[in-house]
Amino acid sequence: MSDHTASPSKDHAGAHDTHSIRGYMTVYFALLVGTALTVWASFIHFGSHEVNIAVALLIASVKAFLVGGYFMHLISEKKMIYSVLIFTAIFFVGLMFLTLWSFADFPPKTVTH
Amino acid sequence: MDIPYTVDVRRDTGLYNAKVGIWLFLASEVMLFGALFSAYILLRVGQPAGHWPQGWLNIPLGTANTFVLITSSITTVLAWAALKEKNFGKFKFFHAITILCALIFVGIKSFEYYDKFTHYTITQKDGKFADGHFRNATYVDPVSNAQSVESCYRGTTFTKPAGTNAVKYQLVSVTLNGHVVSDETLLFDLKSHKPAAAHGEAHAEGAAATAEHVATAEPAAASHGGHEDITIPAANIQKVSSYGPAHHPYNAIYFTLTGLHALHVIGGALVIGFLWAFGGKMWKTDPERFTNRIEVSGLFWHFVDLVWIFLFPVLYLL
Repeated sequence: MSDHTASPSKDHAGAHDTHSIRGYMTVYFALLVGTALTVWASFIHFGSHEVNIAVALLIASVKAFLVGGYFMHLISEKKMIYSVLIFTAIFFVGLMFLTLWSFADFPPKTVTH
Repeated sequence: MDIPYTVDVRRDTGLYNAKVGIWLFLASEVMLFGALFSAYILLRVGQPAGHWPQGWLNIPLGTANTFVLITSSITTVLAWAALKEKNFGKFKFFHAITILCALIFVGIKSFEYYDKFTHYTITQKDGKFADGHFRNATYVDPVSNAQSVESCYRGTTFTKPAGTNAVKYQLVSVTLNGHVVSDETLLFDLKSHKPAAAHGEAHAEGAAATAEHVATAEPAAASHGGHEDITIPAANIQKVSSYGPAHHPYNAIYFTLTGLHALHVIGGALVIGFLWAFGGKMWKTDPERFTNRIEVSGLFWHFVDLVWIFLFPVLYLL
């Protein structure tokens, strides 16, 4: 079963070896710069704290895209993986929006302590 | 019996099985961390204004740990690429760096945890708050009048075995290295308020309450408004709280999120360490399968890095 007649993983291998090391290093340095940028941006006042949160999460999302896309090869992955992750993405977003419901549960400006 | 599709690609998925497996697992991990992130959002928006801590964590240490994890991620990719080039020595080298980075990360994290568990806020009966790192606590045995100075807080009373019977010690005073504030909200925002002004004024007041130590504490406090040893007598102590998970909802979610993340780092490091130490055998017999194992463990490792990319700004910076 596992003889090397087919070895279709080879073609996958060819796409990613030596020539993309430079690509990986570029992503690495982009991630380092992104980290420095996040720290720097957190000390800048963009007018309101909400904007600071948005900026930090935006940078984090770009970094996450770089890690996911290049280190985890999601840029060029098989359809099967995408079809799993699209559901994950939908449920994840749903999970985040569930928190909005909590605002409906409390009378406005209730402070319990 | 051979496990099918360890190397060969299944026609219907287009992948070897382990890769489908790890992605399904990572999908469930996204939901696990996602649930805790939404818990974080709820806890944060549920706090009254000014009661969500700012700047409680050490940003240089957090930044260093971010660099460490990113570095471990690139070496994981390079280790896998080395196997694709059939270079086992290079693989060993890069993954050794990955494992080293994991150890550094856990080391720095442990130090940060230790720092939180030795940091206390004492709610005083006079309405003020003493905040700082623990120095010592003095206890007394009311029967013999023997004193005992403890290097950790042991509650208002504790018993110590002495020969055949136990001696019950009572708290006399707690010494912290920090400052006293009259407004609790000053303790929440360490990022934007000016420490020198607030601490200097408040400390002078606090020192008056601790009559015994005024002589040592006050002149120093007057000269600079920094952190000094403050001794609070038991009679003035209402509540003693370390910065552990029970201190504040922020601490609770901080320890939950980073604790779970640290467990992932440790778990990932164990798997990668195992493959690093004992992988040579499979590399000789079935190199492609071994390379796939490294890819799959690497996918997990990148995910752990990815979680930290969000944890760092959310917990340290915002």
